[in-house]
Amino acid sequence: MLVAMSGGVDSSVAAAELKAAGHEVVGVTMRLWGGESDTGCCSVSDVDDARRVAQQLDIDHLVFNFSDDFDKHVVAPYVQAHVDGITPNPCIECNRHLKFDRLSERARLLGFDAVATGHHARIEHDDEGILRLTRGADDAKDQSYVVHMLDQAELAYTMFPVGHLTKAQVRERAVELGLRTATKPDSQDVCFISKTGGRETFLGNRIPFRKAEVVNEDGSPAGKVEALELVTIGQRKGLGIPGGGPKQYVVDVDTPNARVVIGEEASLYRESLIVDKVIWSDLRDIERLLKTSDVLVQSSAHGNAIPATVEIWNEFSVRVVWNEPQRRIAPGQTVVLYDMTNTHVLGGGIASAKK
Amino acid sequence: MRAEAIEAMTPYLDHMYANPSGSHRFAREARKALDEARDLVAETLGCKPGEVVFTSGGTEGDNHAILGAVRRLGGIAVCPAAEHHAVLHCVEHVNGVVVRVNNVGTVDLEDLQRVLEAATEEQPITVVSVMAVNNEVGSITPMRDVARIVRKYAPNAILHTDAVQAACWVDLREITPLVDALSLSAHKFGGPKGVGVMVIKTGKNLEPLIFGGGQERDRRSGTHNVSGIIATAKALEVTDATRAEESVRVTKLRDRLVDEIRAQVDGVLETVPREHRVPGVAHICFSGLENEALLFLLDQADVYASAASACASGAMEPSHVLEAMGVERSWSNGALRLSLGHTTTDAEIDLAVSAIVSAVNQLRR
Repeated sequence: MLVAMSGGVDSSVAAAELKAAGHEVVGVTMRLWGGESDTGCCSVSDVDDARRVAQQLDIDHLVFNFSDDFDKHVVAPYVQAHVDGITPNPCIECNRHLKFDRLSERARLLGFDAVATGHHARIEHDDEGILRLTRGADDAKDQSYVVHMLDQAELAYTMFPVGHLTKAQVRERAVELGLRTATKPDSQDVCFISKTGGRETFLGNRIPFRKAEVVNEDGSPAGKVEALELVTIGQRKGLGIPGGGPKQYVVDVDTPNARVVIGEEASLYRESLIVDKVIWSDLRDIERLLKTSDVLVQSSAHGNAIPATVEIWNEFSVRVVWNEPQRRIAPGQTVVLYDMTNTHVLGGGIASAKK
Repeated sequence: MRAEAIEAMTPYLDHMYANPSGSHRFAREARKALDEARDLVAETLGCKPGEVVFTSGGTEGDNHAILGAVRRLGGIAVCPAAEHHAVLHCVEHVNGVVVRVNNVGTVDLEDLQRVLEAATEEQPITVVSVMAVNNEVGSITPMRDVARIVRKYAPNAILHTDAVQAACWVDLREITPLVDALSLSAHKFGGPKGVGVMVIKTGKNLEPLIFGGGQERDRRSGTHNVSGIIATAKALEVTDATRAEESVRVTKLRDRLVDEIRAQVDGVLETVPREHRVPGVAHICFSGLENEALLFLLDQADVYASAASACASGAMEPSHVLEAMGVERSWSNGALRLSLGHTTTDAEIDLAVSAIVSAVNQLRR
């Protein structure tokens, strides 16, 4: 088994669990980001933590340098998305292209039986023998949303050894084993963006910001922003508009014309949502959904799953029709469909800019 | 480490533990051993004992030569693009000039001449550092030609050579007279890690890097690492005495290693022609595979190789040497460096060939 070890507590315990279960385990830390960083998976101190945990568990530890792939598949698209007025989710793209593509491809080449990670999700067989990506045991820490892109082939090659544990249990296991990562805080932020500079500095070093007009829904001017690229749908602050009156939200970002449209909260609500680039856990779900179209839809990492029905346009595109109108999902955000028990991932894709 | 070196150093870790800078009898014993070690090193290097400075390793020597020259004399530092980072990063740190290398990885002599000629009186070139043998691909620099150009076009510059990779294979008496300063690292010739030797020729003044008690004639302060220095001198003595025959023996092993790999797998590039290379380095590139994966499989098969230098996290970095040589990424991604030395045997070559062939076949499946 090849265990992706970020230097955090979850993947530390994942490695320990596999080892305890009698597997032959090798740990690997991916070096992804060569630039400035103070958080996340790429810093030298995190690699040190991963290596020291591996030493403690008496397993080999490798470092793979995938920084070129990370630039190409995560950082460059992240920057371009801001130019295009789209709200990207780089952590999900990293899972898609690095952990469950580049790393698993190499693991296969090297003869490993599976890749394991410390994600809080589970993989179960259903009655028909289909592998089901399942929410983790800890509701508050469930990460099935961020690994939704695993299809049957990848699910068969993936293990989530801590998915059946709560976060508290993971930390308890780490304390029992005396792992140095036992009390390490969870990583929260995008690993290639430093706390000091933030997103604005990161993007400002890579793209020119465009000034934009802020207008009301009737087209009348309301203010100005310095950087169109930093504006997100649903945003309320930093729009250069005076206080008082009803709360104003960004309800649309018109990138070609450099205009930000603001309005009241009601204007954010939509009946439906188009989702592109859909990946299905199992293609047979398409047929099932053509018969019974009820789903639960989650559109942020820790958001609620909202009841909806789904119209399948083709293998890669669907329209989600909300049972009750919902606040607009920013284009670029990941949208994941769950079954009606809110347990299994059916598939997921990217919120479209199309209206 | 060479057994002779371990044997020589052991008493100085035990009952002969004294600090040679002291004034009592035990200190004098340590001092005597240190002086004799210095004589021995000077003899194998072809310099005066007073020109030998013991350091913590090759990196310190490289830093001392470049930073010490620029801090003392001002001006510009120059080095080729395929230098070890201990030189390259120093030159970059002082905003020096990096010279091109040719396709075998040694300094482009025309570009060196051009850079030296372009210097002005206000901004003279004060130090030129050119490695004697490249640490990654093993190519041998024609130091005589380098010295001729430096003396002609930058006569006041300090000429330093990082000779870390040369010690095992090149008679250092042929290099030392050509340069003003030279750096060695003991662990490359069977001595301990953390000990180095530097030559600073008489009359060539470099600003010290390390100030303190004034050891090493004020050129390098800090209590002497007596046992390490004794072991270093012994290792260098043995290396010097066996160099000629070892070179013949290891060349045969190296050539067989590469020939047998090439006979069994396609898509192999021998990065530098053999006539330009020291015996102890086999550097080959495999098309269509990634060396991180190759190294893992070799490790599993008990073949311990490297590809390029690793960063602080332990990840392999793309080789700046291969990039400077103009080797395409499709080849350099599959670069493999195999080192051979005085302990290498025929049986190990057999093991390496079979492990490499099977790993390459697995990765290309």
